[in-house]
Amino acid sequence: MTRWAMVADLRRCVGCQTCTAACRHANATSPGVQWRRVLDMETGEYPDVTRAFVPVGCMHCADPPCMHVCPSTATRQRDDGIVTIDYDLCIGCGYCMVACPYQARYKVEKPRFAYGGTPTESEAERDDPRRYGVAQKCNFCSDRIDDGLARGLTPGVDPDATPACVNSCIASALHFGDLDDPESNVSVMVRENKHFRMHEELETEPGFYYLWDEEGS
Amino acid sequence: MYGPAPWLQDHWDWRAAGNFIGGGTGTGLVIAGAFAGLADLPFAPFALPALAFVAAGLTLVWLEIGKPWRAIHVFFNPKTSWMTRESLVAPLLFATALAGAFFGWPWAIVLAALFATGFLYCQGRILMASKGIPAWREPRIVPLIIATGLTEGTGLFLAISAIVATPPVGAMATLFGLIALRTTAWLQYRRKLAAGGAPAGALKALDEAGRWVLGLGLALPAALLLGAAAWPAGTEGLAAAAGLAAMAGGWVMKFAIVTRAAFNQGFAIPRAPVRGAGKGGPGAKPGWN
Repeated sequence: MTRWAMVADLRRCVGCQTCTAACRHANATSPGVQWRRVLDMETGEYPDVTRAFVPVGCMHCADPPCMHVCPSTATRQRDDGIVTIDYDLCIGCGYCMVACPYQARYKVEKPRFAYGGTPTESEAERDDPRRYGVAQKCNFCSDRIDDGLARGLTPGVDPDATPACVNSCIASALHFGDLDDPESNVSVMVRENKHFRMHEELETEPGFYYLWDEEGS
Repeated sequence: MYGPAPWLQDHWDWRAAGNFIGGGTGTGLVIAGAFAGLADLPFAPFALPALAFVAAGLTLVWLEIGKPWRAIHVFFNPKTSWMTRESLVAPLLFATALAGAFFGWPWAIVLAALFATGFLYCQGRILMASKGIPAWREPRIVPLIIATGLTEGTGLFLAISAIVATPPVGAMATLFGLIALRTTAWLQYRRKLAAGGAPAGALKALDEAGRWVLGLGLALPAALLLGAAAWPAGTEGLAAAAGLAAMAGGWVMKFAIVTRAAFNQGFAIPRAPVRGAGKGGPGAKPGWN
């Protein structure tokens, strides 16, 4: 089996938001819709304060609450763990959006563009009317993954088969791979580093790991 | 502002609150009306307004969804979605309640009460399954939603009774018990939510609403009911006022839960990362009590 997962090395992330921009470019999302975000979090109290830059988005949970609540079965989980939305089935009820503990979902009611009511040439070309009035979120660039696999490429290793945010990361903080393969890049990283997943107490089993220190240090 | 502290969700607004208000009051009224119907009071004067409330609530939801013309898809996931289950119960509730109202069939009235109970339970579970909203996923919200639905429905039953007949003493006693039960459910829900940890904004909103729940939903109807018992000449008016106050208290509570206390989970890190030559530190969970 395959379980696609993402790893964010918090020691490396500098909060540059390049992944955010790359995601918006790759997926042509509307203004204000950012399937990949990077939070700027402050921890500790003055004078012992530190900052952490935390990439967030859909965690592609193994037990996704968004899928369970979806009345239309538009939200589904692929065998490889990627949580998807069928825009043609979704009724835009927003139930998945209140069920997601990661605030990863968006709904855009009508077209909106970067410079007012008129789309740029690129926006006009890439506008997807199916996305209006329904839920949308990160899909781990599943089209790139599927296309890459069909061409014999390895997601997480070959850029053409890897999510755009990971490709764009200037600090090599974001990684992608198959968690079910013990020798994959992400499996090794998770094994060799101290890590956590966001809101683990909610038992959604996110497919997104955060590294914060070396194992054994 | 997008995190990291929890912020008020805006995916479900007053229209969603309207569904919980209409659905709770309507199903509560069907149940109260069913007891009356089986006790030889007419069922129709209660069933028809009750269905109007439920229909109004469902219409509000329909107005909120992004793709109203494919609303039929709401029936596609009975396996895991409480929204689907609520939608499936709704036509059964309407069919049996209408049959009971127009033909007076006892079996239809009983079934209507059962489907109303199911609908009300689904509403509680819809909120509880919303894992992204701490104030909704607290399991004590289910008994709270059921208790307030029954209270609202019985309250409206008394108000309608005052118009079509004399309010039954049993219904007044039942409302008295229900407002006490709802208050207990409210206090337990609030206590459990705080004990388990919740966004500070959610607790603040609930405390603001709590004043109305206790004043409008408990103290005022309790006083009016006692007045109705003590002053026979004014029983009808006082009982009706008590019922309406009890109903309004529930509406305020649900409106607050859905639109004011619905802070999302926000973001948290259990550990701060090791950066450079520094050391890792404690994590952060901003915006939580």
